Amino acid sequence: MESVVRHPATLADAASFDALSVEAASVVTQESAWTRVRKSLSVRLGAYFLLLLVAIALLAPWLGTVDPSLFDPASRDLLPGRQGEITTLEGETLKHRFLMGSDSFGRDIYSRVIYGTQVSLIVGIAVAAVAMAVGIVLGLLAGFLRRVDGPLMRLMDGVMAIPAILIAIALVAMWRGSLLTVVLAIAIPEIPRVTRLVRSLVLTIREEPYVEAAVSLGTPTWKIMLRHILPNTVAPLVVQGTFICGSGILTEAILSFLGVGLPPDTPTWGNVMAEGRAQFNEYPHNIFFPGIFLALTVLAVNILGDGLRDTLDPKMAKRV
Amino acid sequence: MTCAAPITPSRDAERAPDPAGPILEVRGLTIGLPAGSDRSTAVRDVSFEVGRGEILCLVGESGSGKSVIAQSVMGLLPRTLPVLGGSIRLQGEELTTASPARLRALRATRMSMIFQEPMTALNPVMTCGDQIDEVLCEHTRLGAAERRAKVLAIVREVRLPEPERMVASYPHQLSGGQRQRIVIAMALVLDPALLIADEPTTALDVTTQAQILKLVLDLQQRHGAGVLFITHDFGVVADMAQRVAVLRLGTLVELGTKHDVLQRPRHDYTRMLIGAVPTLELKARPSDPEAPFVLRVRGLEKTYRDKSWFGRQRIVQAATDVNLEIRRGQTLGIVGESGSGKSTVARCIVRLIDPSGGSVLLGADSGRDIATMPSGALRPLRKRVQIVFQDPYRSLNPRRNIAEALIEGPVNYGLSRDAALQRARSLLDMVRMDASALERYPHQFSGGQRQRLCIARALMMEPELLVADEAVSALDVSVQAQVMRLFEEIRSRLNLAMLFITHDLRVASQVCDQLAVMSRGRVVEYGPAHRVFGAPEHEYTRALFAAAPGRGFQFGVAGGVAGGVEACAGSSDVAPAAG
Repeated sequence: MESVVRHPATLADAASFDALSVEAASVVTQESAWTRVRKSLSVRLGAYFLLLLVAIALLAPWLGTVDPSLFDPASRDLLPGRQGEITTLEGETLKHRFLMGSDSFGRDIYSRVIYGTQVSLIVGIAVAAVAMAVGIVLGLLAGFLRRVDGPLMRLMDGVMAIPAILIAIALVAMWRGSLLTVVLAIAIPEIPRVTRLVRSLVLTIREEPYVEAAVSLGTPTWKIMLRHILPNTVAPLVVQGTFICGSGILTEAILSFLGVGLPPDTPTWGNVMAEGRAQFNEYPHNIFFPGIFLALTVLAVNILGDGLRDTLDPKMAKRV
Repeated sequence: MTCAAPITPSRDAERAPDPAGPILEVRGLTIGLPAGSDRSTAVRDVSFEVGRGEILCLVGESGSGKSVIAQSVMGLLPRTLPVLGGSIRLQGEELTTASPARLRALRATRMSMIFQEPMTALNPVMTCGDQIDEVLCEHTRLGAAERRAKVLAIVREVRLPEPERMVASYPHQLSGGQRQRIVIAMALVLDPALLIADEPTTALDVTTQAQILKLVLDLQQRHGAGVLFITHDFGVVADMAQRVAVLRLGTLVELGTKHDVLQRPRHDYTRMLIGAVPTLELKARPSDPEAPFVLRVRGLEKTYRDKSWFGRQRIVQAATDVNLEIRRGQTLGIVGESGSGKSTVARCIVRLIDPSGGSVLLGADSGRDIATMPSGALRPLRKRVQIVFQDPYRSLNPRRNIAEALIEGPVNYGLSRDAALQRARSLLDMVRMDASALERYPHQFSGGQRQRLCIARALMMEPELLVADEAVSALDVSVQAQVMRLFEEIRSRLNLAMLFITHDLRVASQVCDQLAVMSRGRVVEYGPAHRVFGAPEHEYTRALFAAAPGRGFQFGVAGGVAGGVEACAGSSDVAPAAG
């Protein structure tokens, strides 16, 4: 290759040829995926609402809340907006306005809902992260190693055959409720879906000529997986991740509501609703406020996911 | 098929067409493009007409707007492409302002269209007969028996064997050529005055293409329809056209009779295009018959077994007893139609797939047999054989920049990044790309540029054998000429051996020293290119050569064919629309 020399004659020739060629005349313009994502209305809507929720979760102590586990028998079953009093652990009695009323123990629902945002977001994001991490590894293995593929995918089929909520209940019952066990219990039934998605992406992408080119360039298999295949699965995986996050938040609330999630004194939306269930007829706000938060959060996550799918889906991307 | 009550033909449909004028008259047609496109109009101020019994060929490279014109005539333009001005008259009747209902009534009755891809143009869940029958149902009041007779008659007319069986078949049961005949039958069943054929043979093999072109010519003469024939292939133009219109970036640059345009082109762009059409004449090429072997393939076989739990095993013999040899500095061409096994052979040689039998000997003298070598032992040998693929859009990883793509191979074999980048720069120069390309991503390049980058990536490994698997097939003719010249230059400058796989005999005749013709997994003819082209021995080879479109037609530009590209290279300014 050292013998390469410039050939001015042919170079100039090619330049003027290019001037006539249609191909040279058409400027290749393509918006990057990131630009399209930022322009999308639903991505913005979902993202802004989620940012707001993150802010609420982080700023919970400064938003006029009290310790969510505090209760005061004197302020039981207050209607939203009522003034009451609440006793701190130090025995100090404070005047407090119960913006969303109080429950049958005299706990401030507003504080519990605001602090519940922390739990929900942590659970949603952690579930998505765990399910994606495990699913990506298993999917890459299944897509690349013929021998692993059959047994692994049959196992995944088996997991998928059992309703997700049932597995989660069984796992939490086995392990006892804590944040970690709840996250794992919700993440495990999601793993097969991610594995299947990654596997199918790997199977299509590994037939792409650029992967075959890498094979003929002597690139080792693990490098092909990490450099050529994984980066090209990112877009559909991000979309899948948001949907898992949404359903994770929902499943956590369901588990708490059923009493098999986090301990009842932990402020989660599901726990608040579970406690309010008995008094729903007289005090519907006990369920209404956490319910609204839950619904809006899941809606925001799903809108974000839809927006990402529309902008990142290769079928929607125009090929110039 | 049961048929709903036919749409009563409106009074408009009975309106007598103007018998004297042209069948199709397009005047000053301008069609917009959505904002953010690379130009403001898809088609700008295009005027032409198609007379009774005339075939007008609309030629242009991809993106020239030729298909958009066809869609605008049929009233099938998507909303994003609005007609901004001009008129389209079918037998005197204005189409740009016609109502959707009127257009629906005109389609199939007065104008009809043949599409490129016969599989997607047919509904897979309806029998072919029902699909032709549907046209009659919509537009006529014939009874079931009359319709069936008419369907059988037209199927017979497009020369499909066993019309009764064909009519009862589903599209997937027919071959590509048969499907296209069904599409033609649907288009012609109501005797339209205008037939639009949009690249009708591009998806077909060359022998099938020849049959379909002949059929269209026959039927056109018998029915006296005007034909607007859209193609990018100048061979097809030479076979079909009476008049030719050349489009470039949405403007009509030249319009004239076939002989004027193809043999005495006036516009620089037309000259450049015609100069770029590879001729079927062999080039005299110096080659050293005593040069050492780079590759010898002995009795290569590839069998695919379709294992399933239930049912019988399906066995496909993709390649059988293939013997090939390439010496240093030589180019071996493998030609054949789709499914002939030519790509299978290439992929076995690069060891992207494992051969089922035979040997692939790499290097001089005894050589190393890489056919059955385990991947660990194969790795150091891989760099000696490199491949360039057909689809430039899928050959580069979209998420890695060009520098990373180019240095990947050498770095795998232990070269330092800096040294690899150095080599990448000199190779970009060789493939006539600017060094600034290194920082950019594949989507910022056109197809031809990407193909040059792929060639550079292959050359980064300093291979002994370069395999080009249909590497110029997806490119427009002018770009194709450039890339072919680049291959030629690289071969002679680096004294490489090349394996050039193509379905296009014109391309093969330009680059090959040796030629192997493959059919159904076997090499049916093999020898020096001048011998195979000059005196083909095998029946299949003769049929293949006879089917090459535009065979025997002498394309011409000022200064001769070979000088075509250079002739217009002097004047790089492009004149505005002429003709």
